[in-house]
Parts: sequence; structure tokens; C-alpha cells
Amino acid sequence: MSVLVYTESENGKFKKTALEVASYAKAVADQLGTTVTAVAVNADDTSELGKYGVDKVLNVSNSGLDKFNAKSYASVIKQAVEKEDAKVVVVSQTADSKYLAPVLAVGLNAGYASNVVEAPSNTAPFTVKRTAFTNKAFNVTAINTDVKVVGVSNNAFGLVENTASATAEDFSPTVEDSGVTVQSVDKATDKVTIADAEIVVSAGRGLKGPENWGMVEELAEVLGAATACSKPVSDLGWRPHSEHVGQTGKPVASNLYIAIGISGAIQHLAGINASKVKVVVNTDPEAPFFKAADYGVVGDAFEVVPALIEKLKAFKAANA
Amino acid sequence: MSYDNVIVLSFQENNQKFNNKNMKILVCISHVPDTTSKINFTDGDSKFDTNGVQFVINPNDEFGLTRAMWFKEKQGASVDVVNVGGAETEPTLRKALAIGADNAIRVNAEAKDGFQVAKELAKVVQDGGYDLVIAGRESIDYNGGMVPGMLSELIGANFVTNCINLEIDGTNATATREIDGGKETVTTALPLVIAGQKGLVEESDLRIPNMRGIMMARKKPLNVVEAANAETETTSVKFEKPAPKGAVTLVDAGNLDELVNLLHNEAKVI
Ligand SMILES: Cc1cc2nc3c(=O)[nH]c(=O)nc-3n(C[C@H](O)[C@H](O)[C@H](O)COP(=O)(O)OP(=O)(O)OC[C@H]3O[C@@H](n4cnc5c(N)ncnc54)[C@H](O)[C@@H]3O)c2cc1C
Ligand SMILES: Nc1ncnc2c1ncn2[C@@H]1O[C@H](COP(=O)(O)O)[C@@H](O)[C@H]1O
Repeated sequence: MSVLVYTESENGKFKKTALEVASYAKAVADQLGTTVTAVAVNADDTSELGKYGVDKVLNVSNSGLDKFNAKSYASVIKQAVEKEDAKVVVVSQTADSKYLAPVLAVGLNAGYASNVVEAPSNTAPFTVKRTAFTNKAFNVTAINTDVKVVGVSNNAFGLVENTASATAEDFSPTVEDSGVTVQSVDKATDKVTIADAEIVVSAGRGLKGPENWGMVEELAEVLGAATACSKPVSDLGWRPHSEHVGQTGKPVASNLYIAIGISGAIQHLAGINASKVKVVVNTDPEAPFFKAADYGVVGDAFEVVPALIEKLKAFKAANA
Repeated sequence: MSYDNVIVLSFQENNQKFNNKNMKILVCISHVPDTTSKINFTDGDSKFDTNGVQFVINPNDEFGLTRAMWFKEKQGASVDVVNVGGAETEPTLRKALAIGADNAIRVNAEAKDGFQVAKELAKVVQDGGYDLVIAGRESIDYNGGMVPGMLSELIGANFVTNCINLEIDGTNATATREIDGGKETVTTALPLVIAGQKGLVEESDLRIPNMRGIMMARKKPLNVVEAANAETETTSVKFEKPAPKGAVTLVDAGNLDELVNLLHNEAKVI
């Protein structure tokens, strides 16, 4: 018996969420008195995983898995679960892991809890806390099956370092054809994505028009942040849909969320509430966002944002 | 942005090109609290408090239903809607009929977990011989993001999630899914389950039922079918509300050094 974790990589490198789910798997393994086995697909160097509590890595190297595919990947992980006799399978909540998890759960006859934010409060019954009602509440859920699949929310558990090192072995599962063929991928490789970002800079209708987003992008660049926007901004076509965050858009769970000219409607807040620290810049001191924020500046974005960019540049220069 | 062009084009496309007269579509509708709802719990925090809460079609499902109406109107497909739930969900199904679905099915069971719902839906899909199932990326109440993927695996259909564009030609499908930081276009085939979201159609394409639609919906069939009594795999133990948040720290617009200082030394996020 062991705890199995799927450590997602991209172009051979582990994503930050992979290290986070490894840390989570280690916490579960400690509770169960067992070890952690990771499954890595086409990763270059798996030694890093040991630092986050992984005891053994199953290295899968197969050109049929170059492009992500939910059913094929789920089948690979299932074969690893069977080989290791794993009882708990931990995955992240990236777009790809969310895609494969329900498919994997059915394949394993396993109960699945998504959006989990804490280590299990109990292992028998196996009980986890997950977000529900788009961050307006938590739901404590018990998974009653023999094998359990846990989807850990990005940025919820954090990285926990260990001193152990991991052994590695090659693993050659059968790779099934999945019926879905990737034709093209359209992805900006030079930009931080909302899902991975530590910091997100988001702007709303208060910015008046798409021509004013230069300063938002500059602020994001100074901070190494991803850019996001409120729903009306993407509905108006000022910004691409992929930047729409909130209850009906992308969820945000960054360390820092900066909202500029966003009123703080309940649907907006629901989607970004999982962020740890929130800053609002708004001309209207009565804007609801001030009730949800940690830090606030009552002021005009067209003055505050350029000034903040200068301050941050100076701060970076001083701390470089 | 380029995606907008795809949608516009597809709406103008000549429907003669397609031959989907017999395509049977099932749209899964989850019945959820309106997005403005205050979330409270009763019975020792074990149940969602429905008092004063307005229920709506899950927004992700509304995008899917609207795309299904396009397949019906332009390509001659038939569109049924389904919900697994108690009698209280019928007004939501009637709304889907008023938007234009042909038939509604309610599986008479309390929805308890994703796996149970997926199993009930699998039976409906198999009994009805549907070619395409359109569900939502996630329901905004439970946020499971699991029913469509589980359903696809249970019925052995292809599956695409976070779907922001879908074209069907005969039994071939082309779909675009959102990935972290971009999008990906895939080809696949019916039978297919997709989990959709905004982008499948635009906000401006959504339809508010008109009087005629509402009148017609009253006469359309809403069949209540008995549940297969599928098992659950998880149990909801209790709900919790987030801890109340402290007051905001205001920083003067003329003193942004202080904001940088607070973010660095107090919040430790930069
Ligand atoms: C079903 C449903 C789902 C929804 N889902 C989402 C969602 O997922 N995400 C989302 O964001 N919204 C969502 N909404 C919309 C939401 O209700 C709000 O309408 C929206 O969030 C408002 O966007 P906004 O804050 O950019 O614009 P506004 O509400 O117009 O606010 C603009 C703000 O900018 C401020 N401002 C103006 N000028 C300046 C200036 N010069 N400097 C600084 N501040 C300035 C104003 O004081 C105001 O507070 C949803 C709505 C519905 C009905
Ligand atoms: N009780 C239900 N009845 C019908 N469809 C459902 C039900 N619950 C979930 N679904 C469908 O599955 C999607 C994802 O839901 P969930 O897995 O609960 O996040 C929803 O958008 C619906 O399309």
C-alpha cells in the first residue's frame, strides 16, 4: 500500500502544482504510515521530487503521451495504482488534472473529492475539506470507497520540503488510444497563466476602455504577475475571454490579487476569494470590494497605477 | 479574441453542409442557487438553506443548452434536457423547455454525489440512445467538476472538458477546450460527452424565454423517471462558512510607498 501522486510536468519540467501535490501526498502518507510513489510522464529530471516527500518515482517515457490526453493519462495512472496497490491517489486541479480525475475515479471505482484545501482531518473515514458554492463555503466530505482520489486546489496546501531523496524506476504501462486527437495548441508561452501565477493583476470597467490596459500589463510585468479582468470587460471584448475571472470565469487562488477599477460584485468575489491577499484600487470608497480586501487605495486608477509601478520598480531595484 | 471569429463564422455557416438530421442531444441541467445568493446552512450546518434562494439553470449548462439549440435549428438535431433531482427542480427544467428544448426528463432522486448522478445519467443516455451529451464544466453549487467525465467513462463515450467551441459534422466532432494559458483544438467522434462553459456560445446569444416559449413549454413533455438508485461513494459531513475577514487597511493614494512596504513586510507577498 502507498499513496500515489500524479506529478504533472510540461516540456519535461514539473509544474509548481506537482511539488504541491507531492507535499500533500507526503502528509497523507504520514497519517497512514506509508510511503509516497509519484507517477511522472516524460519528465526530464525527477530527483527534485524527493525534496517534497516522494519516496519512489515511476518514470513513464512514451511518445504516445507527448500531448496530454485525459483517457490515456488516466489509464497510465490507473496501471500505476494497481502496480503499487495504492489506496489514495492525489492529483492537482490544473486544467489537465481536472480533466483526467473523474475518468480515473470511475476506472478505479474510487470516490473523488475535488477542490480539497487541507490535509485529511481523519483517515477512517477518510475526511477532507473542500470548497463549495464557489468559495462562499466549505464542504467537509467523507470518501467511503477503498481507493480514494483527492484533487488538491492549487496554492491551498503549499510546498513542504523534506530531506529525503527518491528512488526512480522505469514504468512502461500500456498506452491506449483515447479517441480524442489534438490538432493544434494555441498557447502564449511567454506569459504567466492565471492558474500558475503567484500574483494576479486584474482590472474592470473602471478602466474605461481597452486602450488603457497598457498600465495594467506593465504593473503585471513588474510583479511577474498574470493579467485578468472582470466579466463585463471580456463581454465587451476589451480583453480575451481567457482573462475573465469570477464565479462563471476562471477561479483565482493566487498569493496576491490586485483589483483595479472592479466594484466587487458577489459573482466576481466568489471566484477570487481563495486568493490569500487582496488589494483594491477604486475611486469609490463605498465599492463592495473594500469589504473583501486586505489593503485598499481610494483613488483614481489612472494616477495610482502609474505611481505604483514607479514605486515597485524602485523597490525591486533596491532589493535586487 | 480569435475565438470570437470562429463562433461568428460558425453561426453563419451554411447548414446544407451538415447531415445531422437524426442527431439526438441530451443537455444535462443542474439546478443551482442564483449567483447572487447568500449561502447559509441549516440542520446543524448539514444542509443548504434554500430559504429565499432563487434557483436557476447552472450558467455553464445554459451556454450548453444554447449551443444545442443552434444544432437543433441549423442542423435539425433533437434536444432533450435532464436533471437528477426532486420535484423542486421542475421549474428549472420548464425554463429549459421554454428556451427551446423538446423534452425534459427528471430522474426522481436526490442528487447526493457526482458518481451517483453520473450513474443515473448514464442510464438515461443508454435508454434514450443519445449521440451527444452536453453538460457543464462544473455546477456552481457543489463545484464538483466530475459528473461529465464520470458519465463519459461509464458509457464509454469520448470526452472533452472546458469546451469553448463545438462543431459536429456527421459523426465527426471538432472541439476547442480551454487549457491553462491557452486553448487546444481536438477532433473526436460521436458518441461524445462535452463539459461546456462560456465561449460555447457568447453571453449575447443566451435567450430569455418569451411568452410563446413559456406557453409552449407548459405543453411539452416533462417525464419523471424512477431512479436506478445508484450508490454514492462520498458523504457530505457538514458545511462551514469562511472565517469572517478583518477590516481593510486603507493606504493613502499619495503614500504608495506604504502599500509596497505593507505588501513586502506585513503580507509578505512581494
Ligand atoms: C450570472 C452572472 C454571473 C456573473 N459572473 C461574473 C464573473 O464570473 N466575474 C465577474 O467579474 N462578474 C460576473 N458577473 C457580473 C457582476 O455581477 C458585475 O456586473 C461585474 O463583476 C462588474 O464588473 P466591474 O467591477 O468591472 O464593473 P462595474 O461594476 O461597472 O465597476 C467599475 C468600478 O470601477 C470604479 N472606477 C470607475 N472609474 C475608476 C477609476 N478611474 N479608477 C478606479 N476605479 C474606478 C467604480 O467605482 C466601480 O466600482 C456575473 C453576473 C451574473 C448575473
Ligand atoms: N443533478 C444533476 N442533474 C443533471 N445534470 C447534472 C446534475 N449535477 C451535475 N450535472 C451536470 O454535470 C455538470 C457538472 O456538474 P458537477 O460535476 O456537479 O460540477 C453540470 O454543469 C451539469 O451539466
